[in-house]
Amino acid sequence: MSTATQITETENYLNVDYGIKSWLLTTDHKRIGLLYLASITLFFFVGGFFALLIRLELLTPGGDLVQSDIYNRLFTMHGIVMIFLFLIPSIPAVIGNFFIPMMIGARDMAFPKINLLSWYLFMAGGALILYSILTGGADTGWTFYTPFSTEYSNSRVVAAALGVFVAGFSSILTGLNFIVTIHRMRAPGMTWSRMPLFLWSNYATAVIQVLGTPVLAITLALVFLERVLHIGVFNPQMGGDPLLFQHLFWFYSHPAVYIMILPSMGVISEVVPCFARKRIFGYAFVAMSSVAIAVFGFLVWAHHMFVAGVSVYSALVFSLLSYAVAVPSAVKVFNWTATMYKGSIYLRTPMLYALGFIGLFTIGGMTGLFVAALGIDVHVTDTYFVVAHFHYIMVGGAVMGYLAAIHFWWPKITGKLYPELWGRIAAATIFLGFNLTFFPLFIAGYLGMPRRYHAYAPEFQVLNVFSTAGASILGVGYILPLLYLLWSLRYGKDAGDNPWNAAGLEWMTASPPPTHNFAETPVVTWDPYNYNELPDMPEEE
Amino acid sequence: MSAQSSHGNPASGLAAAAPAALQHQFADLEQQRESATLGMWVFLITEVMFFGGMFTAYLIYRVMYPAAFQGASQHMLFWAGTVNTAVLICSSLFVALAVHAVQEDHRRLLVFFLLLALLLGLAFLVIKGYEYHDHWVNHKVPGASFQFDGPDPLHAEVFFALYFLMTGFHALHMVIGVGLVSTIAFLAWRGRFSPAYHTPVDNAGLYWHFVDIIWIFLYPLLYLIGHRRLW
Repeated sequence: MSTATQITETENYLNVDYGIKSWLLTTDHKRIGLLYLASITLFFFVGGFFALLIRLELLTPGGDLVQSDIYNRLFTMHGIVMIFLFLIPSIPAVIGNFFIPMMIGARDMAFPKINLLSWYLFMAGGALILYSILTGGADTGWTFYTPFSTEYSNSRVVAAALGVFVAGFSSILTGLNFIVTIHRMRAPGMTWSRMPLFLWSNYATAVIQVLGTPVLAITLALVFLERVLHIGVFNPQMGGDPLLFQHLFWFYSHPAVYIMILPSMGVISEVVPCFARKRIFGYAFVAMSSVAIAVFGFLVWAHHMFVAGVSVYSALVFSLLSYAVAVPSAVKVFNWTATMYKGSIYLRTPMLYALGFIGLFTIGGMTGLFVAALGIDVHVTDTYFVVAHFHYIMVGGAVMGYLAAIHFWWPKITGKLYPELWGRIAAATIFLGFNLTFFPLFIAGYLGMPRRYHAYAPEFQVLNVFSTAGASILGVGYILPLLYLLWSLRYGKDAGDNPWNAAGLEWMTASPPPTHNFAETPVVTWDPYNYNELPDMPEEE
Repeated sequence: MSAQSSHGNPASGLAAAAPAALQHQFADLEQQRESATLGMWVFLITEVMFFGGMFTAYLIYRVMYPAAFQGASQHMLFWAGTVNTAVLICSSLFVALAVHAVQEDHRRLLVFFLLLALLLGLAFLVIKGYEYHDHWVNHKVPGASFQFDGPDPLHAEVFFALYFLMTGFHALHMVIGVGLVSTIAFLAWRGRFSPAYHTPVDNAGLYWHFVDIIWIFLYPLLYLIGHRRLW
């Protein structure tokens, strides 16, 4: 194909300039996306290393590998690294940075320098957290509950909390940039109702980032100041109230779950229509359900505190509101399913991840209803049931969506195709390994196995052996994409501009795109997901 | 395929023809102005949420321990706080006048009003520092040296902790505001702004007003609760 040779020789965002300075001082949203990609991949494997140690320790009921003190630090740093340094920036900062301007036909983000600043803040926060790890780590759990975190813990709480504080501002600036970009940078004709749903979900995410993260910032600042200056805000000995900490913390940290899952939902809304070759079913409902999840998400935080001593009436209200979140979530699942109905489905790798997402998110969401129910929540609070539930959302949901996104847009980002067979093998491995890791934990938790202990009663060992075996498979599954995606950079086939014949402005420019994305600002005259007007999916080679 | 150089950078040609202040990612100055303004408003919303955490803490403890809070509030320097309120309101007026001056293309007036606002901002910080000194001397700084004679000293200390946190973070924002307005004044003196391009002046003004408004809420909550004898 002559176009393929043309692409390799055309100037694009990757070959426009070489050298370390052209990357570290770049204001190109695509290069910043790749900076994030490299950083969060590093942090993902750091957090994964802690998960590995946790699962190894839990292979046997006794404390063979580590004792409680080290174990506390392991699960704390696993949580902090995975949540603040991987899940929260994952899709927005990598895929969103790269594709939001392209999907709306813009040349760049509204504030390219602030975009770069947000990466530096992220790395500064990451460096502080790595420093905390290397000097012993924190042992408070990722939740930094007071007064343990401010008074009694002798671990590296200050560095870890400061790291999260700084990384939080990176998240705020990313959200701010997305909101302004989506409002002000859309190409002519790109109306709100013509926007790809990935943009709607990232917009909703950005609203949460902008409204929620500052509250986390002030909360952690107060923890920091109480620990360092010994002033009483949360410590009951000094007149403070630890419940206030929990309210403030969860006011951010529950919506933060939606920071992690909403962008994934946006990815699924792109992938499913493309690989079912159909218009999305119920565009307006899928779009508005993202907004609804962002709104409801701010009204449910106290369901993390049902056993912490909140009044029974507020617990009732928060329980009811927590059920309400299930409605927009279910709307999405039904609409994706209806999109596939009578579509011509191509089971390429991104679609496998998307299907995995839909199944695992459904299980994670349904068990969310269990823990939203007051009576059952009291029974399963602080057990592995909760651990399994949120891993189904965050790993089964958010990470599957992230991998779907990476595979779906890899040809556009790099100009190369990943090896389809290996992609499918990895997707199947991850799906299998994930379920083997976390499904037994639902049972263990329901039977009463408490979380956050390095030792457990011997009758839980069978379930834990299953889980650790699953984690090993999952680990292999995560290393596979790292290997074959890197391999494809050199040996992959040239992708061409639009290897999926997908809808969306990002597919209408070269792969990899030129620095300013489009030779001319596009004018949009069509609806999104117009797959009935597009040629069919190209054959696999 | 070497004859692709003309394809290279579509914006470079565009930027050359466009006004110098236009950044490459925008189509025109109007879009740039709207983006900057919206960005500033979104930023201010994040600031509202940031302070909101502390206001929530204040509100809850105020309701839980009314006697301690009212008693502790009597130890505020009422006149210092009141004068500072007037100082900040006047500074906001000068910032508003500065924005008006740049719209009318009065460069000297613009610099003059910005400097006046700056001066009042510094005056605020000096008075605030004097207050902090007074609290320190009178053992009202939470910690080992804290002393309080009234009812419920434990929660009076919480009041002072919140007082220092809230006014401290506010003062930090004032310091940033002073730096910001200094920069804007310097750029204005260099003739950077015109009726066609003055978004940075507007946005710095928005920030300044925001920091003032935080104080407008802090003043009654910290200085005016309980039954106070004025002299």
